[in-house]
Amino acid sequence: MSMDAVFKALADPTRRELLDALRARNGQTLSELSERPDMTRQAVTKHLAILEDGDLVVTEKRGREKLHYLNPVPIHEIADRWIDKFERGRLGALADLKRKLEREGR
Amino acid sequence: MSDRFVYVTYIRTTPETLWEHLTKPEFIRVYWHDISAESDWKPGSSWKLIYPDGRVTDTGEIIEAHPPRRLIIKWRNEFRPELKAEGYSRATFLIEPAHETVKLTVTHEIDRAGSKFIEAVSQGWPSVLSSLKSLLETGKPLPRQKAA
Repeated sequence: MSMDAVFKALADPTRRELLDALRARNGQTLSELSERPDMTRQAVTKHLAILEDGDLVVTEKRGREKLHYLNPVPIHEIADRWIDKFERGRLGALADLKRKLEREGR
Repeated sequence: MSDRFVYVTYIRTTPETLWEHLTKPEFIRVYWHDISAESDWKPGSSWKLIYPDGRVTDTGEIIEAHPPRRLIIKWRNEFRPELKAEGYSRATFLIEPAHETVKLTVTHEIDRAGSKFIEAVSQGWPSVLSSLKSLLETGKPLPRQKAA
């Protein structure tokens, strides 16, 4: 699974809105996700395919229906890669400095 | 009506190694921030989650265990009364080879709508799963997330 696919999937406001819709209510069908005045079912299908390529949406068959679920794990991996590994030490140092300065200012 | 979520992660490892990491306390503790799960991982056996201070936070039973492919656990929170009152949930771990990686699908569900339990675990799983992936791929788990 490539990180490029995740960024590509996120680089579109409509796709981010679809993720928001799933965040609000997980496990929706294509019909439910297409209940938007501004978009055709075809367009939603295309966007969902790109979100699936990036692994941000996972689908499961339930009887005759396909349900869509938000998968936040790839976004978590991005956060881990840049925030946890590289910034944690620096952010911690900044917080320490802030505390020290605030103590001295008292 | 039921509440559920489905999380997927691809890990460069083998199904056997991943299975070991899902079922051996000494591995679980490493990526799950010192929390450990204990069971003999046989259908019908009891299962429990243990906090670093020794508290048993969640209990349940192994429903299915097909190493190294499929594990289903009946799972209930024990220390928050409002979550315990919701009864048992079901966690399914599905391991499938995918090219040179292994696809891990974690489904957690409960037979009720608006579940607080599902809401609570849905926030924990992404961090646990990316820590597991990091451990298997780099040999190091992720640092524990600081509470906000």
